Amino acid sequence: MDSCNCIELQWPPDDLLMKYQYISDFFIALAYFSIPLELIYFVKKSAVFPYRWVLVQFGASIVLCGATHLINLWTSTMHSRTVAMVMTTAKVFTAVVSCITALLLVHIIPDLLSVKTRELFLKNKAAELDREMGLIRTQEETGRHVRMLTHEIRSTLDRHTILKTTLVELGRTLALEECALWMPTRTGLELQLSYTLRQQNPVGYTVPIHLPVINQVFSSSHAVKISPNCAVASIHPSGKYTPGEVVAVRVPLLHLSNFQINDWPELSTKRYALMVLMLPLDSARQWRVHELELVEVVADQVAVALSHAAILEESMRARDLLMEQNVALDLARREAETAIRARNDFLAVMNHEMRTPMHAIIALSSLLQETELTPEQRLMVETILKSSNLLSTLINDVLDLSRLEDGSLQLDLETFNLYAVFKEVLNLIKPIASVKKLHVSLNLAPDLPEYAVGDEKRLMQTILNVVGNAVKFSKDGSISITAFVAKAELLRDSQTSEFFPVPGDNHFYLRVQVKDSGIGVSPQDIPKLFTKFAQTQSTAIRNSSGSGLGLAICKRFVNLMEGHIWIESEGLGKGCTATFMVKLGIPERLNEPELAFMPKVPPNHGPTAFPGLKVLVTDENGVSRKVTKGLLVHLGCDVTMVSSSEECLRVVSNEHKVVFMDACAPGMDGYEIAVRMHEKFTKRHERPIIVALTGNTDKVTKENCMRVGMDGVILKPVSLDKMRSVLSDLLEHRVLFEAI
Amino acid sequence: MDLVQLQRQLVEYRTSLYHEGFLDEQYTQLQELQDENNPDFVVEVVSLFFEDSERLLNELTKALEQQSIDFKRVDAHVHQLKGSSSSIGAQRVQKVCIAFRNYCEEQNVEGCLKCLQQVRHEYSLVKTKLESMFQLEQQILSAGGSIPM
Repeated sequence: MDSCNCIELQWPPDDLLMKYQYISDFFIALAYFSIPLELIYFVKKSAVFPYRWVLVQFGASIVLCGATHLINLWTSTMHSRTVAMVMTTAKVFTAVVSCITALLLVHIIPDLLSVKTRELFLKNKAAELDREMGLIRTQEETGRHVRMLTHEIRSTLDRHTILKTTLVELGRTLALEECALWMPTRTGLELQLSYTLRQQNPVGYTVPIHLPVINQVFSSSHAVKISPNCAVASIHPSGKYTPGEVVAVRVPLLHLSNFQINDWPELSTKRYALMVLMLPLDSARQWRVHELELVEVVADQVAVALSHAAILEESMRARDLLMEQNVALDLARREAETAIRARNDFLAVMNHEMRTPMHAIIALSSLLQETELTPEQRLMVETILKSSNLLSTLINDVLDLSRLEDGSLQLDLETFNLYAVFKEVLNLIKPIASVKKLHVSLNLAPDLPEYAVGDEKRLMQTILNVVGNAVKFSKDGSISITAFVAKAELLRDSQTSEFFPVPGDNHFYLRVQVKDSGIGVSPQDIPKLFTKFAQTQSTAIRNSSGSGLGLAICKRFVNLMEGHIWIESEGLGKGCTATFMVKLGIPERLNEPELAFMPKVPPNHGPTAFPGLKVLVTDENGVSRKVTKGLLVHLGCDVTMVSSSEECLRVVSNEHKVVFMDACAPGMDGYEIAVRMHEKFTKRHERPIIVALTGNTDKVTKENCMRVGMDGVILKPVSLDKMRSVLSDLLEHRVLFEAI
Repeated sequence: MDLVQLQRQLVEYRTSLYHEGFLDEQYTQLQELQDENNPDFVVEVVSLFFEDSERLLNELTKALEQQSIDFKRVDAHVHQLKGSSSSIGAQRVQKVCIAFRNYCEEQNVEGCLKCLQQVRHEYSLVKTKLESMFQLEQQILSAGGSIPM
């Protein structure tokens, strides 16, 4: 037997110690074998493990270690060389692997450690993000609350609703214990508790406005925390609970003037209300920043809403005021109208009542004048007559003037003969003028149209008044009346500075000038002439008749006719020139005035087809004359009958529109009549229509008639219908030659 | 007689006059001219015709009795008579007048005399007829009725 190389044991093999060593080795080996198993198992389980190599090595080293310890079991006793060989190999291997593992671990462990730090870092980051998200969420919620609040507040224009809603919503959003609003009183020296959330009926509790805490709140645009014990906050009895935190914010009360775009943030009036918010009692809640911001925003919105409500109230008040004024004005207008109507009625009645006796007086006095009277009696009667005439004129004038004044007078426009008007005036004025030995001359311009459209009566009244004045105020000399169409240059007379006549196609301006050589008017009296009831010194001295209304009325009439009237005088004793211009229309059919009056006659017509048509009938035969007359009278004509041609020529005038004659009765030369008539009436529109009624049916008669210038030939006997149609044809066409 | 019978009689009579040619539609025209303004127009005209005609007939008789007949004058009278009769619608008188005038133009004395006689005859006929018609009308009016057209 060889001796073993094992180490000489110093002690004798101790059995107990040996045993323990055996057991420990065994267990170590077991442990060392199971650790890698576990490792492998768990790594396989986990999804991520970056260092497999390390594991393998680790596992290998442990396995080998275990093997070593296992082999130790045999080496404690006598063992063979093989066992010693195996042991050695195992130990060598273990040593190698362990060294490699140790070396590798140097690299790996820092990595593993850094993973840990990264994990910690990420955890921190996540916590931070969580915090931030919580913040954003809170902010967003605040924003939502603000929007909802604003919507609620702005959805109404009623002041009370706005404020109530504000408090309710704020209370709900922020879960407040109490929310109160203090409004400044009218005097501005106190704050009055106006609205609260919980208490239904706030007592009219007031605090003076100049408390330090209030000043503090008012001077800042932010919500300010105030003590729960101060005057404004002690409205809510807290009892034994600790009161929650209280915050107050100012609510600016804006006026209309504050809404200037330029200086919007400027609050010129600086009136504020106070809003006090109280957190719930006995809670550890604190006012957060976002809640304070919410409160401030709400306060601003409330301010705006309140001003809108205030503006609305203002405008409603203004509108009510206007309506009241309107009603009052309407009433006043109606009263005025009633008054005017009453006055008019009174005037009309009085006028009538006054005129009736006037007429009696005037008529009877005139009659009395006709009888036999002594000179004194005659004088008396004349005076009575003169005075009553004057009174009658006065009544007329007053009624006219009052109607002119209130504008109820309207012109009666119609076509009339202008020349006739002037002639009439001349005829009226001639007697008086000749008595006074005044010479009156009338000059009508040749281009003055014969017919015009206007108010004939009033125009005549005006001319008469002006001419009458001229006659009245002249002792001797002459009066000249000129009338002409005002030309465009003359229209811009310096006298008529306020008067702007407009030349046009269907109207013209008639200018009438009346010059007299009478007493004249002094220049300073001229403006007074047209005022009512004003008499100048000279007229008063003269003791002349006339109330002074005449010229005033003339002026009104002239104004109604869109014209102008004025008087020039060089002074007392130097005569006077009265001029007026009025606008008259030009009638449409100037050349055939008679046709303008004739209505168009339709074929089937009633008996009076030609009312008032002046007709001359010439016939020697009494019977046929009578029959023709009967025919024409039945048609409504005004018939003149003559029985001979000389009489016919004598009687005929330009008033007769139609002349019927028997053309071929022997002894009466119808042809000659026609010729003579043509000679007599040169102007076509003056000459009557000449019609021959004849029993002769031959062509020669007809040709003769035409040659002579007759306008028509009709065959006798004439029926009613035929006469009617004949007349209407004649008047329309001025010619009728019946087919014979 | 009662009113209705009278009226019927009048209408029949009038129609017969038209039928026999004593009156033509000129007479109807005259009747149309009569209204409340001229209630007696027809009677007046016819009376005037009677007067005129008597006068003219006398003139004619006188003129034709002359030795030397003034045909112009005769013609003038006849013309007048013709005019009058045609004015009231005395047709037969008018017709004779036309013939009369022709004879006058021819200066036929015999013819004129004959015509004169005829004219007289016709005239008295129409006069009688018209007078009886007016009598009838008067009767109707006094009975309280109205004259039928």
